[in-house]
Amino acid sequence: MSRATLWVIGVLLIALLAARPCYADDLKDLYFGEALYYAHQGYYFEALERLDAELGQHYGLDEPELDTLYYHINDAEFSVGDFELHYRMHHRAGRAIKAVLEGDVDEAVRNDAAYRLARIHFQKNQMADALRALERIEGKIPEPIRDDIDFLRANIYMATNRPADAIDILERVQNADDLKGFAAYNLGIALLREGRQHEALAQLDRAGQVRDDDRATLAIRDKSNLVLGTILLESGEYSQAKKFLDRVRLGGPFSNQALLSSGWADMSSENFARAIVPWSILAEREETDGAAQEAMLALPYAYARLNVHGRAALLYGRALDSFGSELQKLDASIKSIREGSFLKALIREEIRQDKDWVIRLRSLPDTPETYYLMELLASHVFQAGLQNYLDLADLRRKLVSWQASFDAFDDMVEIRRDHYEPLLPEIDTQFRELDSRMRLRLEQHKLLDRRLQGMLTAPRPEFLATREEQAILARIKHIENQLQDVNHPVEVALLQRVKRLKAALTWTLQTEYHERLTVFNEHLRELNDSVAVVNEKYERFVRVRQAATHSFEGYQTPISRLRTRVGEAVLNVDRLMARQGHLLEVVAIDELVARRRRLENYQDQARFALADSYDRATQAQARGALQ
Amino acid sequence: MLKIAWAVLFGLFVWAPAASSGADDFSQNEMQGLDEEVQEIKSDVLGIAAELSRLEERLLYPSNTQLAVFINLAEGEEFRLDAVQIKINGKLVAHYIYSFKELEALQKGGMQRIFTGNLPTGEHGLDVSYDGKLKNGEDFSRSESFAFTKGIEPKLLGITLAGSEFGTAGIQIGDW
Repeated sequence: MSRATLWVIGVLLIALLAARPCYADDLKDLYFGEALYYAHQGYYFEALERLDAELGQHYGLDEPELDTLYYHINDAEFSVGDFELHYRMHHRAGRAIKAVLEGDVDEAVRNDAAYRLARIHFQKNQMADALRALERIEGKIPEPIRDDIDFLRANIYMATNRPADAIDILERVQNADDLKGFAAYNLGIALLREGRQHEALAQLDRAGQVRDDDRATLAIRDKSNLVLGTILLESGEYSQAKKFLDRVRLGGPFSNQALLSSGWADMSSENFARAIVPWSILAEREETDGAAQEAMLALPYAYARLNVHGRAALLYGRALDSFGSELQKLDASIKSIREGSFLKALIREEIRQDKDWVIRLRSLPDTPETYYLMELLASHVFQAGLQNYLDLADLRRKLVSWQASFDAFDDMVEIRRDHYEPLLPEIDTQFRELDSRMRLRLEQHKLLDRRLQGMLTAPRPEFLATREEQAILARIKHIENQLQDVNHPVEVALLQRVKRLKAALTWTLQTEYHERLTVFNEHLRELNDSVAVVNEKYERFVRVRQAATHSFEGYQTPISRLRTRVGEAVLNVDRLMARQGHLLEVVAIDELVARRRRLENYQDQARFALADSYDRATQAQARGALQ
Repeated sequence: MLKIAWAVLFGLFVWAPAASSGADDFSQNEMQGLDEEVQEIKSDVLGIAAELSRLEERLLYPSNTQLAVFINLAEGEEFRLDAVQIKINGKLVAHYIYSFKELEALQKGGMQRIFTGNLPTGEHGLDVSYDGKLKNGEDFSRSESFAFTKGIEPKLLGITLAGSEFGTAGIQIGDW
């Protein structure tokens, strides 16, 4: 991509990072609309392919302002960057934005671009670069991103262990509408890291009471309460901790951890009966969840502390069964991943078609390799790797299907060649003959036209004489030549007669001149129409003739070049998929092995506690019988 | 949308425990390195796709005979488009059934290229019919015929469909 194109892409990237819908009434370029159609479905490769091609064509035009894309060029350029970011091509998107920063653009545009570049660096964990990009922001800042810039800067400070700097900024932006909850929460964390415990807790309390219907804000509110509750629990302020932990929504993403901690807060304040409530709820939840597994052990422990040993023994037994079956599943998962089934399952087409594919993976029969995928996806590293793996698999599918089409292209070209090549020499011969006749007639037509134009300025009646009149004129001229220098009276009389004849003819030519000229003009115009028809047919023939040649000539080189490029790309994709896949397997197995270790530990604890509870229950039963 | 982006990007990262194992760092570095290479191969494949598209267009749909038909929905339309059928000179060339995702993309302003083919220059007939469900739950089906001229340049036809607007037919055809 040329520097100029990158620059333009960058200019428009800054506008916004979500494509503004275009409708038929204002959409002038159908191919741009097609790119949007793919982008709105999440098919960013196809969207980029269409839009890249359309932009390339647009910039290749001599007069791009006559192209339909001209009306959308700003949106189109911006959309390319947007699609690149969505397709996780940060380098290309970043290059485009850098080009804006170096270009001669409006201050607000440059600042917006710098912000977007900083965001990309932040996403890639390049904090120093992110800060450098933000430092380029000066002067007029677009209103919609003013708070976002501050918030990003604060987050960079947090990530680079500069909480004091982050606090100053977060205090300013914590009430911004778009950052509702997030800035407040991060401020709490920054205060905590700065060692201002008391202020941090008050801030987290505020963040935990943010009112909003937005799912993300509700989640961050839950998280604020969970963090606050956990800190208080660890500080021994159990009843206070419970108050905040109970604020966490039961249906939210942090509810399992909150329920677990809430139970421990009750247990720590020796309120065993109350601990049973959250743990009972938690123990019935998804058994692969770490908090739920811990609750399976904690719940019977609470019963044991209440001296309900029979119930405790029963629940320990149930926990043991559950851990046993989980361990079996983990073993099956690890084995299956080691056998390579994990990667195959990830790229199953029917799963990729469904938005909730990760959840559905769990319910697939006989696929232990994907049973813990949801849990694995909690890790950012795994998520990023998986997304790349899926993108690579998608690229591979495309490349392989293209490879298959090259043979078809070759066949098509050969069939056309076999058809046209024998026909063309004969057609060309006939065409050459017709062509020379046509050229002759066209020359004659041009001559007549020139003559007409001449007569309009200098009348030449003799040009409009009929064939018969022309013959008479020639005869008169011949007789005149013969009678030159005569003195004999008979010959003089003869000359007089010739002159009279000539005068009569000239009279006719002169008096009928305008009428004849009009008729001549009309005939010439009629001829013009016929010439136009002939020219049109001629051009059509030339086009068809050219199309016949173009249908089989000049394809060998591009097809062969593409075949090589695709072949090399397949090899590259295969190599990358193998590396990426291996890494995913390693990360997955490491995670599952760690889970296995934790479950074994739980299992040991449960066994010991079960025996203990059973003994105590038996002793209690015996004591009861004695009494 | 912005809030979700913040949640993903910023809001949630700071709470995670800072400690990470050496193995995690190794995986992260490795993943990052691979990510760079994946971006490069994506760029390569996009380049191949562009070249292939040009070749396909030249080979299969030369500009002098090319006809492309696009479908989109009128602005603000909320009817459910189920299927579209296109006939050219009485011959069925496209019969498309829409998924929810595709319908959503059309409602957001996307344009679907439903047919690309070849036609000689001259006068031609186009029949468009579509089925759907109105917002009130009523099923409906509409069709209309149009005439168009194919010149020596590529012909692009945009068909705009509506549930209730544009009179009874609800089909508008635009020439690009």
